[in-house]
Amino acid sequence: MKTILYIIQKEFKQIFRNKGMLPIIFILPLLQLVILSNAATFEVKNIKFGYIDNDRTSTSRALVEKFNASTYFDVLTDFPSEALASSEMLKGKVDIILEIPHYFERDLQKEKHNNLGITINAIDGAAAGVENVYVTQVIQHFNQHLKVDLVQVSDQQVQPITIETIPLFWYNKTLNYKTFMVPGILVLLVTMITLFLSGMNIVREKEIGTLEQINVTPIKKSQFIIGKLFPFWVIGMGLLTVGLLLARLIFNVPMIGSLSLMYLYTSIYILVILGIGLFISNFTDTQQQAMFIAWFFKVIFILMSGLFTPIESMPKWAQIFTEFNPIKYFVEVMRMVMLKGSGFTDILPQLLKTLLYAVVMNGLAVWSYKKTN
Amino acid sequence: MSISISNISKSYKKAKALQDISFDVKPGELFGLIGPDGAGKTTLFRVLTTLLIANEGNATVAGFDVVDDYKSIRKNVGYMPGKFSLYQDLTVEENLKFFATIFGTTIEENYDLIKEIYVQIEPFKDRRAGKLSGGMKQKLALCCALIHKPKVLFLDEPTTGVDPVSRKEFWDMLKRLQQKHITILVSTPYMDEAALCDRIALIQDGKILEIDSPEAIVKNYTKQIYNVRANNMYLLINSLKEYEYNHSVYPFGEFVHYTNSRTDFNPENLKVFLESKSLIDIEIKKTVATIEDTFMELAK
Repeated sequence: MKTILYIIQKEFKQIFRNKGMLPIIFILPLLQLVILSNAATFEVKNIKFGYIDNDRTSTSRALVEKFNASTYFDVLTDFPSEALASSEMLKGKVDIILEIPHYFERDLQKEKHNNLGITINAIDGAAAGVENVYVTQVIQHFNQHLKVDLVQVSDQQVQPITIETIPLFWYNKTLNYKTFMVPGILVLLVTMITLFLSGMNIVREKEIGTLEQINVTPIKKSQFIIGKLFPFWVIGMGLLTVGLLLARLIFNVPMIGSLSLMYLYTSIYILVILGIGLFISNFTDTQQQAMFIAWFFKVIFILMSGLFTPIESMPKWAQIFTEFNPIKYFVEVMRMVMLKGSGFTDILPQLLKTLLYAVVMNGLAVWSYKKTN
Repeated sequence: MSISISNISKSYKKAKALQDISFDVKPGELFGLIGPDGAGKTTLFRVLTTLLIANEGNATVAGFDVVDDYKSIRKNVGYMPGKFSLYQDLTVEENLKFFATIFGTTIEENYDLIKEIYVQIEPFKDRRAGKLSGGMKQKLALCCALIHKPKVLFLDEPTTGVDPVSRKEFWDMLKRLQQKHITILVSTPYMDEAALCDRIALIQDGKILEIDSPEAIVKNYTKQIYNVRANNMYLLINSLKEYEYNHSVYPFGEFVHYTNSRTDFNPENLKVFLESKSLIDIEIKKTVATIEDTFMELAK
């Protein structure tokens, strides 16, 4: 016990003496939380909007006016021809082109039906999808008003009943993306720092040769490993605390669930990450190698965690793969507890899977750490 | 026996690092392992300190088997690897305390053993180990290897890269430790240090060439060695190598150590030959063999 305590003490001393690492551990993650949470948004704003008005009537002008009124669109120009509009899109100066056909107003009144041409720059597929929804909404809205204006009194009996849906967004009423991004990004920070630090830590002792000296001492594997990893467990928990504070103070993210539940889950989750880190450092000889391997796993884990893209929309094999992704569980638990107020029994499946993961990873790590080769 | 090695072999893939090594080190002996880089010295140290398992053969250290009783060995030996391997970002005192703690002891308990060495670095005890000079680092590493009062001390090239004065001091310290009944196995590529050991083993390409006391090893060298000197060293070596009766030609400081293959060798003949090669200021003198000469002869 005394040995473990001394190693822990030594590790902390070394962490705090490492002038290069300190800001990486404590300042960078917080900057990331603040910057990423504000920047990583799915909303699309300032859409560059151009149109070709072949009709030039009050109806067509009213339609363009609708777009002008929306805060999402910057209505730029009225292109005289389609060719000119296309070349502008090629140059990237316009995102959406709306083409209003000849006799738009006349046909609409006569046939109660018309077509509009919309061209969307889909280089960024996700943004194009969102833009499409916006445009459709604006046009539909316009359509509703138009109906009222155009429909003759005599037609009123045969007017079809429109079905309207009123969505309610539970757990995040205003669909505020920050509310669901902040817990996710918090997960990233805790994972990233603990994975990198633990992955690089033991390999560093290998690199500078101290491990060789340590291996000739009667110190037990378990003492050494616990002593080495415990400080990073503490740092991980510290990061969670600071992150939660920032989430509350800066982003005003609701925290409906119990804090102690979040801490309980995180304390087990960090064990998984430390196990992975240790496992990596057992199979590498330099910090550089360890770093690259840690990166490889981290990128896969993040992109398949459901943080940025929903797991439900992944192909079947990928969904099975995400079962082995610890970050997925952490993201789920954080969102469930913070936003929905899930209790212990609700997160029990995730908790048990994470616990199993922790046992397996640390078992593998201790088993593969050899004092003799 | 303090260290007993029998028929140890170790190979890394195809390279044979150690081939059938056997020797014993008596308790309290200062035993030197002398050989060039890549001879297998470090591999042998790693086998004896339980960091590496040999392919064949067995060995005991302080009475414990290196494979079966590795835990007991780790409690009873001190190891100082060739590369400085203490924490550079911890201070002198913290390093020492760290090693004392993981050996389950304290600095105070065994202070008398390290006292003589530690007083020399004590003025710098709050300095980070990374900021020490080469000689100081070696002293600190030695203190750390001694802090748990080991029965056997393994020093892997402790003086490589250390200045001559510090080297001298270091060997004086080893002599004093020996008086405290610590068995010391030390490896070095420097032949002059070999003379300071009780017994030495000459090792090359993973094989032991000879084991004996330095004096006996030198005595076994039967040929007469001549110090040869002339105005042009390079031309001198080439000329001597051309000389039909030469047995060995090695540069040795400002001289060339020369031995002749004939028993009735007359230096005057050689002088005439060298003069014919337009060398001047030629000087040929008898000299006694050193360990280096023996090594070169054995390694031939």
